[in-house]
Amino acid sequence: MGNQADRSAGEAAPAKNGALITTSGLVKQFPTGGYLFTALNGINLLIDRGEFTGLVGPSGSGKTTLLNIIGALDYPSSGSAVVLGSDTKHLNHKQSARLRNHHIGFIFQTYNLLPVYTVYENVEFPLLLLGMEADRRRRAVTQALEWVGLTDRAQQRPAQLSGGESQRVAVARAMVKKPEIVLADEPTANLDAENSHNILRMMVELNTELETTFIFATHDEKVIRYLRRRITLRDGRVVEDREMEPDYTT
Amino acid sequence: MIRFLLKGLIRDRHRSLFPVMVVTVGVTVAILMQTFMHGVMDDMVRSNAKLDTGHLKVTTLGYREIARQMPNDLSISGIDRFLRGLETDYPRLEWTTRIKFGGILDIPDEAGETRSQGPAIGLAIDLLSEKTREIKRLQLAEALVRGRLPADAGEVLISDEFAHRLGAEIGETATLITSTAQGGMAVHNFVIAGTVRFGMAALDRNTVIADITDMQYVLDMEGSASEVLGFFPNLVYDDRQAEEIVREFNDRHSGGGEDDFLPVMQTLRMQNNLGEYLDLAAFRVAIILVTFFAVMSIVLWNAGLMAGIRRYGEIGVRLAIGESKHQVYWRLLAESFLVGLTGSAIGTALGLAVSYYMQEVGIDISGMLQGSSILMGNIMRAHITPASYYLGFIPGLAATFFGSAVSGIGIFRRQTAQLFKELEA
Repeated sequence: MGNQADRSAGEAAPAKNGALITTSGLVKQFPTGGYLFTALNGINLLIDRGEFTGLVGPSGSGKTTLLNIIGALDYPSSGSAVVLGSDTKHLNHKQSARLRNHHIGFIFQTYNLLPVYTVYENVEFPLLLLGMEADRRRRAVTQALEWVGLTDRAQQRPAQLSGGESQRVAVARAMVKKPEIVLADEPTANLDAENSHNILRMMVELNTELETTFIFATHDEKVIRYLRRRITLRDGRVVEDREMEPDYTT
Repeated sequence: MIRFLLKGLIRDRHRSLFPVMVVTVGVTVAILMQTFMHGVMDDMVRSNAKLDTGHLKVTTLGYREIARQMPNDLSISGIDRFLRGLETDYPRLEWTTRIKFGGILDIPDEAGETRSQGPAIGLAIDLLSEKTREIKRLQLAEALVRGRLPADAGEVLISDEFAHRLGAEIGETATLITSTAQGGMAVHNFVIAGTVRFGMAALDRNTVIADITDMQYVLDMEGSASEVLGFFPNLVYDDRQAEEIVREFNDRHSGGGEDDFLPVMQTLRMQNNLGEYLDLAAFRVAIILVTFFAVMSIVLWNAGLMAGIRRYGEIGVRLAIGESKHQVYWRLLAESFLVGLTGSAIGTALGLAVSYYMQEVGIDISGMLQGSSILMGNIMRAHITPASYYLGFIPGLAATFFGSAVSGIGIFRRQTAQLFKELEA
């Protein structure tokens, strides 16, 4: 595992192909039992297009909170988080939903597929929200299923799939609209080693092919080996931000 | 997106089957209640109108006050002229004269001695004149069980049950022992032409139906009748018009006077507490519908809450994928609209089908009416009205929508920021 180009903790990283995400002095506090708990404390980050980045750290370090703010699911208490030119602090519910709908894909630890719909329909759903016409939708879904190698399972229901297959559907659902950013929270936590590597290899391919920016919240070593940049959080602060040489060997 | 919603609804039985069943059952019950209430009240009103109250009834003021005692001494005299006046003033209505009387019907043996006898309630109607519509109005031909309708003076019909009890046969003599309008004793021999059954316990017990001319003679009431009944065309009661006619007639004829022999007119609603019955029935239907709406709303609200809890993950994913809270909420409402529409349509169809069956076949309640003096049919029937088509449908749809609207508010209270944590839980 390589670990070159150590970036100083808390400083924004330089842009390569144009910054997709910029956080400046990002603070997030939650009221807890009469006092304010600081989940994020002065985060300065710059994430570029096409990065394959991980937010790494123990539980409670602020990984998920940061992912929430980048995904416009939450607002900073102070500081700013600018995602694709939009300061999430100033977005209302509708604008946040629109940002997620058009530009961000989510992958969850527990797949969270819609159980009553088929694999095809699960992948199609984000495109329906975009109001895409039927022909384009069909082509996009077919392509997404080809990416994850599940064209033959298109008419299956989630209950009929294995864990690995379910997560591949989740990846296809996140990628089908070709978003600029994919946020993945512990995507391999429920998968065995082989499935984890298959999923991660697939993500790397999509990242390379489509230049989609992948941001992981993880403490799984299997994921960390695939990262090209590792941002380590501890107690709401960035303690390490370094580029890495990914290790794709299983 | 509509197709997508439909697929979800059809495949997820928790989301569709249970709420649709609740709405279907609710709407069916509401329609059945409405048609039954309407059927029973309609039957009661129609029976009362035909046999007792008319749509309008003219009596003297004194007769009206103690009508239950059948005070024929307070009848309307000069009845032919009076009747012509009514026919001239209100030509749309059919007017007819009647006399009610009581007495004892005695069946003699060959020696002329009493073989059997029993108390009788009598109704004298126009049975024999050429222009009479009473036979058709009272459906006497349909009610005939044995014998034939009276064709000559001195012939009567008696209720079949009464005839059996007295052991009276067709063609036998029946002696009516009664009192004249002036209080004297009257005894008159009639021939039993036929027996009738109306399907109404109160009438079938001991009724005698005689021609009014015969009874005017027997009761010493020539030129008089105790009641004049008016009927709207096709026997369809029009309360508003009836009230207008009553107001106009009473202003002209009685005008607040207190003379016992002043003619006074009443609408159907003013007699036998029918107005109260009708109002009570309407109130009950309203109560049923409001209760139905409230109960269904609460049930569907809770069903919505349960579904919301069950679909918490799904809604979370949809929010994360980029559906706004408004979109999720409106789509839940769209789902509930589809559920309400389906349930209400099935419930209405089912309710109307069962009501139709009950309208044609009905339920025999004769056992419950033994000894009853209420003029209502022994068969309780539903009656489908135009309102039956929407009185269940609209509340069914509205309750589903309302239940979902209330339960769906939780979506707006949800902290989007908790999504990842919730979805990983």
